Amino acid sequence: MSDAVTSAAAIPQPRAAGHLQFYGIWLIAAVALVVLPLIFTSGGSLTSFSLIGISIIFALSYNILLGQTGLLSFGHAVHYGLGGFLAVHVMNAVTAHQWPLPLPFIPLAGGIGGLAFAILAGWVMTRRAGTVFAMISLGIGELVASSSLILRSVFGGESGISTDRTALPPMFGWTFGPQIQIYYLIAFWLMVSAIAMYALTRTPLGRICNAVRDNPERVEFIGYDPHVVRYLAYGFSGFFAGIAGGLAAVNFEIANSAYLGATQSGLVLFAAFIGGTAYFFGPILGAILVTYLQLGLTDVTSVWQLYFGIIFIGIVMFAPGGIAGLLMVHRSLIRAGALGMMIPSYLVAVIPTLALAAGVTLAIETVARYTASEGAGNIINLFGIPFKATAPTTWATAAVLVLGGFVVARITWQRIAVAWDRAATVARDRGYLA
Amino acid sequence: MISTLNGVLFGMLLFLLSSGLTVIFSMMGVLNFAHASFYMLGAFFGYQLTRWIGFWPAFVIAPLLVGAVGMAVERYGLRNAHKHGHVAELLLTFGLAFAIEEIVSMIWGKSPVDYRVPALLDFPAFTVFSTNYPAYKLFMLVVSGAIFIALLIVLKKTRIGLIVQAALTHPNMVGHLGHNVGRVFMLVFGVGSALAGLAGVIAGPSLVTQSNMAGLLGPILFVVIVFGGLGSLPGAFIASLFIGLIQTFAVALNGSLASIFGPLGPGFGPSVLTDIWDVTIAQIAPILPYMLLVLILIVRPMGLLGTRET
Repeated sequence: MSDAVTSAAAIPQPRAAGHLQFYGIWLIAAVALVVLPLIFTSGGSLTSFSLIGISIIFALSYNILLGQTGLLSFGHAVHYGLGGFLAVHVMNAVTAHQWPLPLPFIPLAGGIGGLAFAILAGWVMTRRAGTVFAMISLGIGELVASSSLILRSVFGGESGISTDRTALPPMFGWTFGPQIQIYYLIAFWLMVSAIAMYALTRTPLGRICNAVRDNPERVEFIGYDPHVVRYLAYGFSGFFAGIAGGLAAVNFEIANSAYLGATQSGLVLFAAFIGGTAYFFGPILGAILVTYLQLGLTDVTSVWQLYFGIIFIGIVMFAPGGIAGLLMVHRSLIRAGALGMMIPSYLVAVIPTLALAAGVTLAIETVARYTASEGAGNIINLFGIPFKATAPTTWATAAVLVLGGFVVARITWQRIAVAWDRAATVARDRGYLA
Repeated sequence: MISTLNGVLFGMLLFLLSSGLTVIFSMMGVLNFAHASFYMLGAFFGYQLTRWIGFWPAFVIAPLLVGAVGMAVERYGLRNAHKHGHVAELLLTFGLAFAIEEIVSMIWGKSPVDYRVPALLDFPAFTVFSTNYPAYKLFMLVVSGAIFIALLIVLKKTRIGLIVQAALTHPNMVGHLGHNVGRVFMLVFGVGSALAGLAGVIAGPSLVTQSNMAGLLGPILFVVIVFGGLGSLPGAFIASLFIGLIQTFAVALNGSLASIFGPLGPGFGPSVLTDIWDVTIAQIAPILPYMLLVLILIVRPMGLLGTRET
């Protein structure tokens, strides 16, 4: 299959060794999930792991749409949010009526919430793909987000609806009060959802989704209705997004209108696209990176969202395959033994590119501190070097770094492109690169 | 009366934006997510230039600046992203919209800036039912009306307009005929952005100039162009006026089901039903455009005057 590179299948097929490799990866992932909290025991890292786990499920569910079916959605958080709200309501109902439903099943309620909305709205939305779908998803997203503020009794207005996860009946003696138990709950659902979503890519439905993405007209000719296929994919995607939302509700013990909003939809798009939508593991990488950056950068800088935007624009412009795409391209070079040809030009490019990045960072931080004008916080610490936001030398340094870095970096990037062409030719001759 | 004027005004503003958006979309296939951001840039440039050199120079320079930014985006951004397909272009403008909002709130802060109506126009134009109608709003109406007529003349009577119109329906054929499609694209993108910028400059003092104004207006713009039919300028015009009027009237109305039929019995308690019953029309004004969107998609998916299945 010549399009294997662009399909969701990242892992090559059968043979005994292949099977071992295939199941090995999942086994390693499972073991890593179990062991992680034993290595990083602090409360902060547990919280981070939980958030990352949730956003991985969310990003993977998004990729059923974007990567697999080619539907660019700007309102995916609707399913996440509605799943979260339904989960909270179910939790409160379980507590109120003393139903024997333990907490680990709550995310399923979230999934049903996401699925229900997908079934309801999906038929109209998926009638057309491409830009029209993107716009409609945005409109529906706004519609739901604004309605959530009107229907106070369901969505709790501005403050949202809170719940108490420990009030639910315990399971295996776990009360799910401590974060570690919540972490393992999230890890469990992460494993289950990831396996289910991977399995989905291997089913005939998953394959026909790829076909609908690549050539809907031809799909129609062979007797499938692209609309139905898109609708089904939308349903699955909504379901898993709902699970993520349910987990978020369990984790935070609250659901509010921010869950549904455009920011959440934007973040999941960033995560999936930065990670790379062409491969199954791309959104996983993206979700880890984006969540980690989000948690890490908020402490360091007030304008962290701007950095997201810049990283995202950079990826769109220069590496539309995302991180996963970059990795996989290099993988075939390594196999062909042609990576050595790239390393010198990479090394040359590192310094000016870093200078450019540092310059941009310094410029952004300087402007941010300068305009914040609170006076106290205008000393910037960049790599341990203090800069004063009001000093002309800082502005000059930033300008020199940006301009000089850009001019030099451009030359080195051109060298990379040349070296790349040579390496790719070698790899192609040896049959490792399509 | 006042509401009608305001509605027409809002509609004309929407048309200043949606005309550029829909022309860009039908020519280049790019749904420009950053279009509302250009509008916001226009407002903030206008504010800053007004402080430095006064309103009238700003009125001319700010849209030109925004147009230049737009051209740069097309030349150095979209043209590179184009080889990766329409999704990449769409995502690029999405990222831009995100980044522009962040940059604006970084430079000018998140709270509204003090962008004032110029002193020359700061007087009531006429009085209806003891309500003063500000002259500045009339000025906005005149400007947007003038732009609308100018746009009409340029599109219908000039050679450039002819090329643009041709490129709306047959972009490839226009290229085959030897026109520099790249330059036409850049020009159209620049003019579209400049129009958005102009809308921002004149709307800024009257509405609120704030870093979230793009995020508030952007989705409504998309509703307008889907509602009017993608790629249809007359459709965009009708939809702009329609949505402008509807939203303005809705905001002015304070009725709810409860005020018409009386409050629900206490037996219903606080539930979804009472929420819907008690909500005023003014409160649902923000979601009206989206409801219209869903409605039009069910009834007539190609929009009011649209002909193309995209």
